[in-house]
This record gives sequence, C-alpha cells and structure tokens, in this order.
Amino acid sequence: MTSLASVAAPAGPVGGSRLGKILVYGVLLLFALFFLLPLFVMIVTSFKTLDEIRDGNMLALPVAPTIEPWIKAWGEACIGLTCAGIKGYFWNSIKMVVPAVAISTMLGALNGYVLTKWRFAGHKLVFGLMLFACFIPFQSVLIPMARILGLLGLANGTPGLVLVHVVYGLGFTTLFFRNYYEAFPSELIKAAQIDGAGFFQIFWRIILPSSGPIIVVTVIFQFTNIWNDFLFGSSFASGESAPMTVALNNLVATSTGVREYNVDMAAAMFAAIPTLLVYVLAGRYFVRGLMAGAVKG
Amino acid sequence: MAFLEIIGLRKRFASMEILKGIDITLEKGGFLVLVGPSGCGKSTLLNTIAGLETISEGEIRVEGRAINNLHPSKRDIAMVFQSYALYPNMTVAQNIAFALEMRGVPKAEREAAVAEAARTLQIGHLLKRKPSQLSGGQRQRVAMGRALVRNPRIFLFDEPLSNLDAKLRVDMRVEIKRLHQATRATIVYVTHDQIEAMTLATKIAVLKEGEIQQVGTPYEIYNRPANLFVADFMGSPAMNLMDAVVAAGSGRTEIRLTREGGEIRLPIPSSVTADGLGEGRKVVLGIRPEAITDRNGADRTSKAIEIVEAQVDVVEPAGSDTFVVTRLAGKEVTARMPADADVRAGARVPFAFNLDKALLFDPATGLRL
Repeated sequence: MTSLASVAAPAGPVGGSRLGKILVYGVLLLFALFFLLPLFVMIVTSFKTLDEIRDGNMLALPVAPTIEPWIKAWGEACIGLTCAGIKGYFWNSIKMVVPAVAISTMLGALNGYVLTKWRFAGHKLVFGLMLFACFIPFQSVLIPMARILGLLGLANGTPGLVLVHVVYGLGFTTLFFRNYYEAFPSELIKAAQIDGAGFFQIFWRIILPSSGPIIVVTVIFQFTNIWNDFLFGSSFASGESAPMTVALNNLVATSTGVREYNVDMAAAMFAAIPTLLVYVLAGRYFVRGLMAGAVKG
Repeated sequence: MAFLEIIGLRKRFASMEILKGIDITLEKGGFLVLVGPSGCGKSTLLNTIAGLETISEGEIRVEGRAINNLHPSKRDIAMVFQSYALYPNMTVAQNIAFALEMRGVPKAEREAAVAEAARTLQIGHLLKRKPSQLSGGQRQRVAMGRALVRNPRIFLFDEPLSNLDAKLRVDMRVEIKRLHQATRATIVYVTHDQIEAMTLATKIAVLKEGEIQQVGTPYEIYNRPANLFVADFMGSPAMNLMDAVVAAGSGRTEIRLTREGGEIRLPIPSSVTADGLGEGRKVVLGIRPEAITDRNGADRTSKAIEIVEAQVDVVEPAGSDTFVVTRLAGKEVTARMPADADVRAGARVPFAFNLDKALLFDPATGLRL
C-alpha cells in the first residue's frame, strides 16, 4: 500500500492525483468490505443466541454475546449419531494435514533439486509427466485411488488420506521447487562438490537453507488445499476418521430438530481458522515467494 | 617429472569436439594461465581438471598419478569460481570452513585454519558477515580464502576477476601474484584477458577452438608467437600485421610492402629461421607497436632500425604514451611514441621500425617463419 502511494504521489497535478487516489482506495475498500462480509456474518452469528438470530438483522452485532455456540460446536454438537462436537474431526484434519504437507513439501524439494542440479537423461520427460499430474481432475482418480488404498490396506483412515494428498500434491510441489531451483546458481553446487559435500549434504546444508520463500509458498498452498479438501475426505475417510470438512458438512446437513445457525457458524469458523492463521502468519512470504519462483534471478 | 600432466585430452559433447587433444605439463609451484577467446574451451579444460566435467579421451595426472576418474572432492584441488559461489546462507567463516567440516576436521583446527586464511587475505573483520553484506572485492577474497584454507595440491581459478571493476581488478591481480609468490602454490588460471595472462603466468597456454596454439613463458608468447592467432591475440594494442612480398634487393633479400604511391623495402628480420624464402613469396610482417617509434625513441642497441616516412592518420594520447596510427600496405599500423612526441594528424613523419623485433609469418598456414 505504501509503495503504491509513494509511486502515485509525484504524478500529475496535486488535485487530480488526490482524486484518483480517493477513487482507487474507495473502490479497493468497497471490494475488501464486500469480500469480508461473509466472514463478518459468520463471526457475529456465531456469537448470537438462536432467538436473536431468528428475530434480528443478519448484519447486526450480537446484543448479548455468548460463546455457548462455540463450546457446543467444539464438544457437544451432534454429527451423525454421536454428539461429541467437531473436536475429534478437527484433530483428524490436523493429523492428516501436517504429515501430508511435510512429506509432499520435502519430496517436492528433493524432486526439484534432482531435476535441476542432478539432471539425468530424460529429466524433461519426467518433469513433464509430473506437471501433467497438476492437470488431472480429482474426480477421475477416485476409483483407481480407492482400489490402490484397498490393496495397501489404507482404505478409510487418515494414513490413506495422507498418501492420497502426498501423491496428488507432488506435481505442484515439484513444479514450485523446480522453478525456484532453476534460478539457483549451479556453481554453488559445483563448489560444494569440490568441498567434499555429498548429494544429501548439499541438499541439507546449501539448498534447503536458501529455500525459505518457496517452502512458505508450498506449505501455504498445500496446507490450504489439503485442509479444505472435501472430495478425497468424503470418499476415502468416512465416519470417525473423517476430516473436518466432511464433519462440518455432516453437522450442517443433519436435519433433526431446530437448525442451530450459531453452532454451524462456530463450527465453520473452527474449520476456517487454521488456513486463516497460516495466511496471516506467512502471507507476506507467499507473494514474495511466488515472484521469486517465477522470475529468474 | 612434471607436477600436473595433461595428456592427449579430448572432450566431446555429442558430435561436437570441444577439446581436441590437449597436452600440457606444469611443474610444482608453477602458474599456468589458460587464455583464449570465449568458446575456445579453456573453462571446459579447467572443469575437467576439477572433475566437474568428464573427459572423453586422454589422461590427467598429478604427481604421476591419474586423477581423471576421481570424484572432484578426492582430487585435492580447490577452485575459485567466476561468480565466487559463496554459500549465501553461511557466514564468511562458515564458508571458509565448509570444506574442512566436510572432511571431518575437528572444530578447533578448523577455526585456527580459518583465522590463518583470514589473516593472509586481511578479511578477519568480515568473518561474521553473510556474503550478501560484502562488496565484490571482499567476496573475491573470501572465495580465495575458501580455496586457501584447504591447502590443496592445485588451485584452479575460473576467470576470478572478470566481475570486478577495472581498478579493483588490477589490485586483485597484484594480490593473486603476491599470494602465489608467498605460498608457492601450483595454480591453473583461466582468463580471456591477455594482460592478466602476461602479468600472472609462469606459463601461458593459448587456446583457440579447442586446440592449443602455443605453450610457453609470457616472454616467449609475446616475443615469439608461434602463429598469427597468438601474435594477434596477445598484446594491446595488437601487433601490426602487414602483407609483404619477398624480393631480391641490392645485395640482400628484402621484403616489400606496397603503399599508396610506391613501396617500402625492409630487410628480412633477424628472427626468421626458415630458409629458402624464395623470391615472390608472400609473407606477413608482424611488428609490435612499441617496435615502431619516432626517430629519438628508437632502440639504440638495435642493429636494424629502418626509417619509413608516412602520413599520420590518428593520434591517440594515452597519458604515458601516444599511439600514432598510420596506413601501410592497406592496413592500419599503430606506433607507440613517447607522450611528448610532437605529432599531429595529417602530418608526414618518420617512423623508426625496429626490425630486430619484427617477425614474419606464412599467410597460408599462419605459422611463424
């Protein structure tokens, strides 16, 4: 924002540029508000009592704020036949997303390292095929994937989901790291070889410590995708082992009794918080890393 | 026995032959400079010594033992890269110590070695910095420190000064020479800069299109170039090369150069060793700018000073000298005169040719006669 302002400031007569700036920022503000509106509604609704929701305005702030819905969503809400809230599923998701992100990022980094610095005959073909993996629609792999998980004895459980997400994520993580390492000077690798460092020593000591931005990009990308995934989760992990997204759907879709919008909203917030956190904490590196990967040098 | 021997080395990429049979030897403590225009294969040759490139044929020996099948880390060499190749995530001290660490040298010993190298290169105050916080010259020093700390059998330098600005380059050149004198290290150095080659080397190998044109001391390369390519490549300004014809003169064999409105007759330079320069044979006369002066500047010990009057084309004062350009035999000819020489463009002035320093080449083969 500051850089935009400082670039725009010296241009043109004072009055004109100020008007332009107001216009630009006005529009930006409007869109920002528009995009934030659903989040706002979710938050305020989750702090309201059911009565207030029924009578009041959707956009109004809660008259008597209560965290009761949050507590209920976390520990008491009924999903399917059990009424233990979403906490179990939340941990399912964590148990799925952490290893899946870590493994797919690590493997992507290794792939990128090999595809740029330890090239072998046919490396372009291998990379092409891995790129191709990025364009395969989720739905088309469901049946073969189910068969393979069955054969491996990983059907219907978190380990199976981890495997699915690692395999599916590899194409993307490899693409990110390969493009990043393409610009990494090869002379450093040569120097390290002469210095006596081996394949993995170079990777750990030279390559990985210089990969901060692209690791952040990959982690955000993978975390968001895997955490938010619904299709694989609902296909390969039902019941107790379902991830958060599937549980949230089941919670909202449960049609017994009164529809508790405030509990639904609180549960949805629980589902959204981890990705929001990741963006807030690492977001600035995200854009920087994307640029660093895309532009050589 | 030579310390480093390169025997019949060939390097092919697919059907392209990059190095076409290289034979060089270097004695212990020698400073070999590989010089040539870009694309001549000099960097590839250096990389094959380092082990970063495989060779297709031939052998590389150090102290009589073939090393060409060894991994780079087992060859006991250190290399300074053109881009310095400092590890960006490590401090200067860590950069210098990295090779020792990889070889399992104990920490205390490593620190002592780093301190020693830092003292030699006067970079002690930089040890805690990251490479990104250093200037070009400082990075260069760190890169040299990284090589120095290993105390390897051979140092390899790949155009180490080409990323520095002109003044710093001269300083670092002196520094490298001083370092070589102090450590008596065996060095192979690649450059395209013929002045670096002349000033640093104990032995120069001139390469062109993957072939060695000449190997010799800087003196030999400069004063007795083996062929037209070496004569033209080494030296700045370049050697004057003029077409001439052998003819019988009054009591002597001479060479004749055509010029506007006549010809110049000069004796055969004393450097010519080939006999049977038949009448009418075409030759190329090569004479360096410093062997063409004004009458006063002529070398008094020379036995063959010839005065040629010619019209001055351009005068280029260079501070310490003045370069005077004229036209002879259809070519531009540069003479090196004292800074205070009274020469103006357009004037006809006498040029003193020192034929003792002149060379003849065969225009067909390019070889010196």
